Amino acid sequence: MAEPLLSLRGVQTNIGRYHILHGVEFDVAEGGLTMLLGRNGAGKTTTLRTIMGMWRAAAGEIRFDGRDITHMATPDIARLGIAYVPESMAIFADLTVQENLVLAARSGPPDQKRLDWIFARFEALKRFWTLPAGLLSGGQKQMLAVARAIIEPRRLLLIDEPTKGLAPAIIANMIDAFRELKDGESTLLVVEQNFVFARQLGDAVAVMDDGRVAHQGSMAAFAADSALQQHLLGLGMDTHQ
Amino acid sequence: MKRDWLPLLLIPALMIGALPLIGSPASWVTLTVAGLAMGLMIFIMASGLTLTFGLMDVLNFGHGAFIAVGAFVAASVMLALAPWMTADSIWLNLAAIGPAVLAAMVVSGVLGLGFERIIVRPVYGQHLKQILVTTGGLIVAEQLLKVIWGPDQITLSRPTALRGAFLFGDVAIEKYRVLAVVVGLVVFAALALTLNRTRLGLLIRAGVENGEMVEALGYRIRRLFVGVFVVGSALAGLGGAMWGLYQETVTAAIGAQVAVLVFIVIIIGGLGSVGGCFVGALLVGLTANYIGFLAPKVALGSNILLMALVLLWRPQGLYPVAKR
Amino acid sequence: MLRSILSDDLPRSRWLALALVAILVGLAVAPFLFPGAKSLNVAAKICVFIVLAASFDLLLGYTGIVSFAHTMFFGIGAYGVAISLTRMGAGWDAVAVGTVAGLVVAIVLATVIGLFSLRVRTIFFAMITLAVASAFAILASQLSDLTGGEDGLNYRLPAVLRASFSFGDTLFGVRLNGRLLDYYLVYVASLVLLLLLLRIVNSPFGSVLMAIRENPFRAEAIGYRTVVYRTMASCIAAATAALAGALLALWSSQTNPDTTLSFDIMVDILLMVVIGGMGTMYGAVIGAVLLVFAQNYLQDLLAIANKALAGVPLLANLFHPDRWLLWLGVAFILCVYFFPAGIVGRLRQKR
Repeated sequence: MAEPLLSLRGVQTNIGRYHILHGVEFDVAEGGLTMLLGRNGAGKTTTLRTIMGMWRAAAGEIRFDGRDITHMATPDIARLGIAYVPESMAIFADLTVQENLVLAARSGPPDQKRLDWIFARFEALKRFWTLPAGLLSGGQKQMLAVARAIIEPRRLLLIDEPTKGLAPAIIANMIDAFRELKDGESTLLVVEQNFVFARQLGDAVAVMDDGRVAHQGSMAAFAADSALQQHLLGLGMDTHQ
Repeated sequence: MKRDWLPLLLIPALMIGALPLIGSPASWVTLTVAGLAMGLMIFIMASGLTLTFGLMDVLNFGHGAFIAVGAFVAASVMLALAPWMTADSIWLNLAAIGPAVLAAMVVSGVLGLGFERIIVRPVYGQHLKQILVTTGGLIVAEQLLKVIWGPDQITLSRPTALRGAFLFGDVAIEKYRVLAVVVGLVVFAALALTLNRTRLGLLIRAGVENGEMVEALGYRIRRLFVGVFVVGSALAGLGGAMWGLYQETVTAAIGAQVAVLVFIVIIIGGLGSVGGCFVGALLVGLTANYIGFLAPKVALGSNILLMALVLLWRPQGLYPVAKR
Repeated sequence: MLRSILSDDLPRSRWLALALVAILVGLAVAPFLFPGAKSLNVAAKICVFIVLAASFDLLLGYTGIVSFAHTMFFGIGAYGVAISLTRMGAGWDAVAVGTVAGLVVAIVLATVIGLFSLRVRTIFFAMITLAVASAFAILASQLSDLTGGEDGLNYRLPAVLRASFSFGDTLFGVRLNGRLLDYYLVYVASLVLLLLLLRIVNSPFGSVLMAIRENPFRAEAIGYRTVVYRTMASCIAAATAALAGALLALWSSQTNPDTTLSFDIMVDILLMVVIGGMGTMYGAVIGAVLLVFAQNYLQDLLAIANKALAGVPLLANLFHPDRWLLWLGVAFILCVYFFPAGIVGRLRQKR
């Protein structure tokens, strides 16, 4: 088996006095989409932020593409080709949609073909191109946050709850976009509460519980095992839609 | 955020409101120009401070040190070039002022670099220590100024071409104030263009709003911060040099004195906002001059009153910066 | 007994205890040990500044807020007494009126500033207090009809506090006059105020303040209104500072902006508390003694160094007697970096 693109071994993270991650271990294979599931407070967001270097791992090792990134600074981690879409979206409200995307394209002005591809999926971004991003609706902000992560090809995308609060039509576009990305240039690690969405898209799954990864495997097997789902996710998971 | 014009309208409103109180249009014009000149000088000194706060949540209570250093360096250069200063040629005058101001900016900028390293960097994210250490930096810097330049105040006089006033009928406008207004507007325009039209400015604006996310996009915000800190220090030096020429005396306490006005301005404007800083500076400059004319005894209290009124209206300042 | 006087907050270090006893006893016998106007003046100043610094420590060390307006309250107290003594004549009624008026003004002002700006961040409060204090200092020097402007006020103290008042001959060669009485008035009042502050910081109220300092959000979540507590702390600190000011006015028979309102005094208090040790109360005592000594005697030391370096141009200036603040400023910065708990913290560590 080839070396995984991303691997976490025994990662522990403290936030202030609180011990959040107690030794997280899982792998993300190159290509495809891994869903990171778990109840609220299991440590999913903290895991993504620790990978990004936004929280410091107190112990353990994080490797990306064969390189130890545990102690690297956030900008350097990003420059290895990892993009992050936080749950709060964190778009720059005072900047226009255009400026948000120009900034995200590190290596120069955004490529027009790529922009067109993004516009085809997230039409609102084209419509509000020169509007301050703070004026967008919640769903549009989410589109912008995702667009910002994919404005240039990145090897690994870390995405925190992309469907939260989105209308079904937009979710469908999001699914299309993610599918194309994972079949093409990128590997995706997505935190998700919406299990229907997770099942449709996920190739692999890692389920967190209380600061650890309690289960890792293929999405197909996990989706078939409702007892395991019940055990790991309980009723907190959003299974409708 | 839709463009918010309301705070901007305060400036003409204040100007027009003051006219009937002052009565004489001639005095009003003089006072207004004086207020704009004062405001723009404060703006030059305050702009860097508000940006460094926005970017890294660092408020440098020692900012006044750069102002004072700028004033002293410029004074030294101008005293050394005294013959050019007193020459009856505007070009020779400018040939003295130019290097003086440049030297002030360079020295203040270099000092800023050192200050950032030694004083500010070890206490990132710790507000209490930050306030204490940067205040300590101000104390030490003020004493060092006295070590280098001696404890006495230095008297400066403006170059020949900048003395006196332009006369239009019975309206008198001091020449130096016109220069201050021009320089202030140039600095403002340069800052506004950089912030709104360049990639660097984009980064700064994004960083003020959410520095962590800018890092996640792959930009090293620390470096950006150091750059802004140095430029802000250099601008403080420029402002200090101008202020020294305006007062025609330079003392080691100048930094701490002007810094109070600078703080008031950036509180009024909204911490982190350059546009707010601009509006706040003009309001402070105009108010100080109008009230100074109408009720000289309470002139300096007027800034506090202005600040209180603004904060009652907008508790985060005129242009609150959208934070995370 | 001792435990209850000190509110259970013992020095917890032999050397610290020793130093405190030395200060307590030294100040008590100072008039007899070091007779002379200058040394008595230094001793009285130390007493007043101990109270002033300790009240600032309540804010800075225990509550975690930086106020640059502490000297303003000090000045309000001093001017309260000074103005009433000037206007009403040299009686105790004037002292009482002035003290109460100073207290009221200080508390009202502290409440207004607190409610206005304490709900926001530390930095905001620091900036606003700086602005208000500097405006106040300028206002005080502008309203010369009331305050005497830059020159300040010179007034007569109540008769029993004057040098001309005598209540006996001499004791150990020291004249038993009103100045001696005045000194012991300052001494006892300062001691009582310090013990009162010690009691406050060791009360449940003090624990809440420290909880807020450690984690304001948590304290708020548990149900403490942080704004209210911080404002109360800032009122107590302001009131104590005003009382310290009143004591100074009662001691020196003259009050002017330089000795009560200036930013230099603010810097002095800051240095006292940080170098002595924030959040310890005893640190304020040590810091105040150290700084007042430095002001009065470090200069002599520097003068020696200055003479030795007379030939070297810039270096000699570094050791100029007037540059004592430079060295204390450096000490201050080093303290914040390396010994955040100051001298007291160091002493307690190696107990």
